[in-house]
Amino acid sequence: MSTVTLDNAKVERQPLVSTDSWYEASARQRVEGLLDANSFVEFIGPEMREISPHLALFDLPEQFDDGMVVGLGRIDGAPVLVAAQEGRFMGGAFGEVHGAKLKGLLRAARDMASMPVLILFDTGGVRLQEANAGELAIAEIMRALMEARFAGVPVVGLVGGRSGCYGGGGLIAGSCSALAVSEQGRISVSGPEVIETNRGVEEFDSKDRALVWRTMGGKHRRLIGGAEVFADDTIESFRNAARYLIELAPAPTLDTLEAEQARLAQRIHDFGDCADALDIWRSLGASEPETIPALSYEAFVALADRLQEPRHDAR
Amino acid sequence: MTLDEILASLFPAGHDVVRERGLIAGQGRLPDGGAIAVIGVEGQTPVGVEEAAQLAGNVIEVIKSGGNEPILVLIDSGSQRMSKRDELLGINEFLAHLAKCLILADKLGHRTVGLLYGHTAAGAFIATALATRTLLALPGAEPAVMDLPSMSRVTKLSIDVLEEKAKSTPVFAPGLDNLFQTGAVAVTLDPASSLADQLQAQLSRPAERDDNRDQLGAERNGRPKAADIARRVYELARASV
Amino acid sequence: METLNYRNKAQQRAKGTRRQAIVGVVASGNLEVLVERILPDGECEVDIRTAAEGFGEVWQAVIADFVERRSPGGLKLSINDGGARPDTVALRLAQAVSAMEGERT
Repeated sequence: MSTVTLDNAKVERQPLVSTDSWYEASARQRVEGLLDANSFVEFIGPEMREISPHLALFDLPEQFDDGMVVGLGRIDGAPVLVAAQEGRFMGGAFGEVHGAKLKGLLRAARDMASMPVLILFDTGGVRLQEANAGELAIAEIMRALMEARFAGVPVVGLVGGRSGCYGGGGLIAGSCSALAVSEQGRISVSGPEVIETNRGVEEFDSKDRALVWRTMGGKHRRLIGGAEVFADDTIESFRNAARYLIELAPAPTLDTLEAEQARLAQRIHDFGDCADALDIWRSLGASEPETIPALSYEAFVALADRLQEPRHDAR
Repeated sequence: MTLDEILASLFPAGHDVVRERGLIAGQGRLPDGGAIAVIGVEGQTPVGVEEAAQLAGNVIEVIKSGGNEPILVLIDSGSQRMSKRDELLGINEFLAHLAKCLILADKLGHRTVGLLYGHTAAGAFIATALATRTLLALPGAEPAVMDLPSMSRVTKLSIDVLEEKAKSTPVFAPGLDNLFQTGAVAVTLDPASSLADQLQAQLSRPAERDDNRDQLGAERNGRPKAADIARRVYELARASV
Repeated sequence: METLNYRNKAQQRAKGTRRQAIVGVVASGNLEVLVERILPDGECEVDIRTAAEGFGEVWQAVIADFVERRSPGGLKLSINDGGARPDTVALRLAQAVSAMEGERT
């Protein structure tokens, strides 16, 4: 096992492009800041103009990279494969080309079995204008992702973008070896509006931002064990989380999934009757759960480490 | 076909499939005498955290029992259960866990076959039917990534406009034909002849080692670019080191 | 969607040696500019796909001003536009040329 820890990984901070906030940065800025300077080589870059073949039918503008940037770079000199979603283009949603890039990358990672994969999630889920292609892409990505993991490849997800990690993105995230999430990085399947539309505002008021954050946001995910690392909203913090989690990703076996089964069953047992995240946090042992949303990064990390030790053998 | 009719046609030699609270579990006997594990969702039941955990638990039991018994996943489900509670409990992990268990089972020699005989949608579709190695369907199946009324709300296009657009492409609208064309479904079965024989025939064919759904999507003119883009990224990545 | 194309004479070759760069994203009120150094030194071409139809004259003016100020000789700029305002367009065009002033690819 590696000796890399979150603390001693803070070395050689590199100059960042134009913003230090992960949330505010574009997919390309995140990739550039995450990797060693000038180390990124993109596969099928925007100059190839491989745009969505379906958006024209809806009279919608395309983007040259279809909102997905994939390629090879280095962290501390070691090669990594990287995929980054652009959450501002079509909400980072999975379309045909967008999804196929990640799928191809994971298949290569599986067959090379020599370098980890980082997935920089920023997605509202399936792109409705190409819903069938997007849904299938997600299923194909999950299979390729698991095959890569079986081959011993760490696949680490980083969640902290504007569009969060919704819909099928949440399922892909749940398939990763490990996740780092920031407070802004919501992870969920049904988004707030979807729940409200289907079940009514009494079930979920999508305009209640505090409710959205504490139900789906990064702090809650970290506290229930849905993410291993809580990251600060900086590119540096995600870089540290990535290099830490890459080292903690054993290939999944039957034991791993049995452990996950037990972990998830325990969660239903412990929190299944809770009506709100505040109740869950209280039953975890937080004495003042209502103060958690406002806690600073450092204070929250300390609290989370006390309440819920992250596991690395049960997903 | 109803689930009763389907089970009768699939397992004339008998089965012990139990149906409880929308979930299906048990074992059937194949024409060649072998056993096949059966799990599934019926009655358009939404897949929430409990349902996903139970189905995944069933798959784990099959793996632990050893051997290489195939697994049949019967699907007439709702969507993922859309509720505050399910999201609070991290339903994304539960659905992913179910898919991962099916993928692991397949890797360990338990051929996974899905049979889509009714409805399914969104996250439940990914975690069940689309997580099997070979997806079969019966005519009348109604897969929908998202229904047109919801799509209409989000895209701000009328249902009439969406239906008109759907005539020119299978890529977004619900329906078995569209999902078939995009490569999700390997084969549509004939309900008039023995499902047992048709299932046995599928199991007798060697499984595709590689996920070939994007190839099928290209051949069937449902997904013009996916296979090509994935292959090119694959080759560029392999050539980069 | 509307497609527009403008070719202008540029006084000078754009600075730097970068072969290509991309700035911006396609979103409501925003645009992406892909810039490639593939034309003769005295030429500049701008290709536009825009969601906002009927603004050809505005585009023409913004681009003429851009070519005059930045002299982006040798550059082809390809734009996907989500309905950006002229000031945003001007900003992205300037960023695109600045990005090309760096070295390497």
